[in-house]
Amino acid sequence: MTEEVHDVRLRVNGSVHEVQVPARRLLSDALRHDCGLTGTHVGCEHGVCGACTVLVDGRPMRSCLMFAVSAVDAEITTVEGLTEGDGSAQGRLSPVQQAFSDCHGLQCGFCTPGFLTTITAGLRDNPDPSEDEAREMIAGNLCRCTGYQNIVKSVLRASEIIEERG
Amino acid sequence: MKPAPFAYLRPSTLEEALAALAGEQGAKVLAGGQSLVPLLSMRLAAPSMLVDINALPDLGHITVTAGGDAAGVRIGALARHADVLASAEAAEAQPLLALALSHVAHPTIRNRGTTVGSLVHADAAAEMPMVLRLLEGSVDVASVRGRRTIPAAALFAGPLESTLAHDEIAVEAFFPALPAGAGVAFEEIARRHGDYALVGVAAVVELDGDEVTRARLGYVSVSDLPVVVDVTDALGDPATAALAELEPADDIHATADYRAHLVKVLTPRVLAAAIDHARTRAGKVTSR
Repeated sequence: MTEEVHDVRLRVNGSVHEVQVPARRLLSDALRHDCGLTGTHVGCEHGVCGACTVLVDGRPMRSCLMFAVSAVDAEITTVEGLTEGDGSAQGRLSPVQQAFSDCHGLQCGFCTPGFLTTITAGLRDNPDPSEDEAREMIAGNLCRCTGYQNIVKSVLRASEIIEERG
Repeated sequence: MKPAPFAYLRPSTLEEALAALAGEQGAKVLAGGQSLVPLLSMRLAAPSMLVDINALPDLGHITVTAGGDAAGVRIGALARHADVLASAEAAEAQPLLALALSHVAHPTIRNRGTTVGSLVHADAAAEMPMVLRLLEGSVDVASVRGRRTIPAAALFAGPLESTLAHDEIAVEAFFPALPAGAGVAFEEIARRHGDYALVGVAAVVELDGDEVTRARLGYVSVSDLPVVVDVTDALGDPATAALAELEPADDIHATADYRAHLVKVLTPRVLAAAIDHARTRAGKVTSR
């Protein structure tokens, strides 16, 4: 049986990607394989680990729990879209990215894209979180390296950097 | 870990969606997908078609209605858990909604998952089906054959099984408002915040002056259906009365004995909190 292919227009990080995908293509796979944006990582593929978290219309969502065909009307932001400027390697790190660098908020980096997107949206909703609120913010993301302490510090540091940059 | 192939339809009218469901025995409705997509990815379900209702108009509402039996919160099929949780009007009309929703998965899941979808997914480990039963709410469903209202007591057929026919779409849920003189409370124990509860308990009590005239408790994750127990006549020992009607089950997360223990611990605590809440709402601050 030949599987039906759908023409899907995805808007990712301000660019339009015209992709041809079967209906069952997960958004996470479409981003990685069809758009070539491999910054979004795929861990558990059933919504538990948080590594594939992207922003859909500004809100963090699991890209492994969405189908690309169902994301047509959305504005998607992946980790590649967080960097300030033109999104190239020359762009300035976003406050959350800078804080992870400053606070050693990552080791292997596998889970990091999901944390960065989640925290970016989290600080938009709550710009000055307490340590408890920082923990709550990242409760849906798993990291097997850091023991989370430095990620919590990174959330608090990111809040300061946003304040400093104004 | 990838879904099996399926046909996909993204209708722009409810009529089109209902016709598609009626014409395809193996079709499933896709709303938030936060429970459905994992089932597909793990190939525990393999529908022949998904009818994606995300483009349907007028289903994202959260409306607070007034007036007797009609007083309550009406939630459309596309209202996300996060939207319901953020609604101050909904929390004012029925405080148990926000209390329970803050325990539904993680914020990221709540951003996509829908409250109505969670109800008809009928997971006994999920908070909202129990809340709907406890509050004696209902779900409105539509099909090409017309519309009907299913009371919560008749909605849950078994584990992950609702009484909706295959061609029906749940379009709206109704959670009754909390009457004056009533109080609610919710608490659950999970291994980690956001995980499925090992045991979750909610209470609704009604007071006449200082006397409890009605007290009911709802349980999450204890049995394989959402269970509601009336403890009005067992206020001295509500946990024993509850356990008489519950059948705690073993699974990889907890033994039946441990679940029974948690029922004993949480039941009096949540009941007392609901009574306190009722007194506070009545303007009588208590000192316990």
